[in-house]
Amino acid sequence: MATVKLSFSPAPVHVRTARLVGVAVARRAGVREDLLDEVRLAIGEACTRAVALHRQYGLADPVLVEMSDSGAYSVRVVDRAPIEASIGLAALPPDELAKESLSEDALTTGVGFALLAGFVEDLQVRPVDEGVGTEVRMVWPVDRS
Amino acid sequence: MELSLATRTVGEHTVLEVGGEVDVYTAPRLRERLLELIDGGARRVVVDLGRVDFLDSTGLGVLVGALKRLRSAGGSFALVCDKEPLLKIFRITALDQVFPLHPTVDAAISADPTGAGE
Repeated sequence: MATVKLSFSPAPVHVRTARLVGVAVARRAGVREDLLDEVRLAIGEACTRAVALHRQYGLADPVLVEMSDSGAYSVRVVDRAPIEASIGLAALPPDELAKESLSEDALTTGVGFALLAGFVEDLQVRPVDEGVGTEVRMVWPVDRS
Repeated sequence: MELSLATRTVGEHTVLEVGGEVDVYTAPRLRERLLELIDGGARRVVVDLGRVDFLDSTGLGVLVGALKRLRSAGGSFALVCDKEPLLKIFRITALDQVFPLHPTVDAAISADPTGAGE
């Protein structure tokens, strides 16, 4: 088992770093090459969501990304925002997406969740075990043949 | 790869060529450029995503924002994209039903319902 942990201050510029590290560890863990684009996108969305929540609540705490390849490739992205902020899992239907009244932030959040749910078969969003916050947990199969 | 933005004019259409990564960090620059174009009078806008190798929800939000702005100004907005990974993103988010998506800039321009296509 190998684990890579990355924690970064909640700034948009660091999300790319998290994506790059996440894909590098996925490749090393044996995630199929054709899934790596989806891994990159999903880790990016989970981190973007965490950064947005920290900024919304004025939290300077770092966002934590933990990657592990024991059995499968799993990635946890942990934020420290109040839990009620983060349960907005509904994907938006197409006629909602183009509505004038929908703000760009709301649209981005809805689309972000649609991408997470669409690209990650094994996805969990749940409160962290200790303290305040939410973890987004994503798992991809690995091929070690 | 960093975001790249280049604008050219084809007849009455303004074509914005986007390259590199459009994400939470770079999307504000794309938003700014689109606003500049629209505020500067562009009404028929085609965004060419041909050289984009990463696009996230923030980038999609910016594109929808431009679509709405142009629509309410009586203009048109279309996207050019022929890469399967990007097209999949549009399908999964149902945004393929919101944006006119075309494989080439020529196709986007000639399909523009507001005219000026040949």
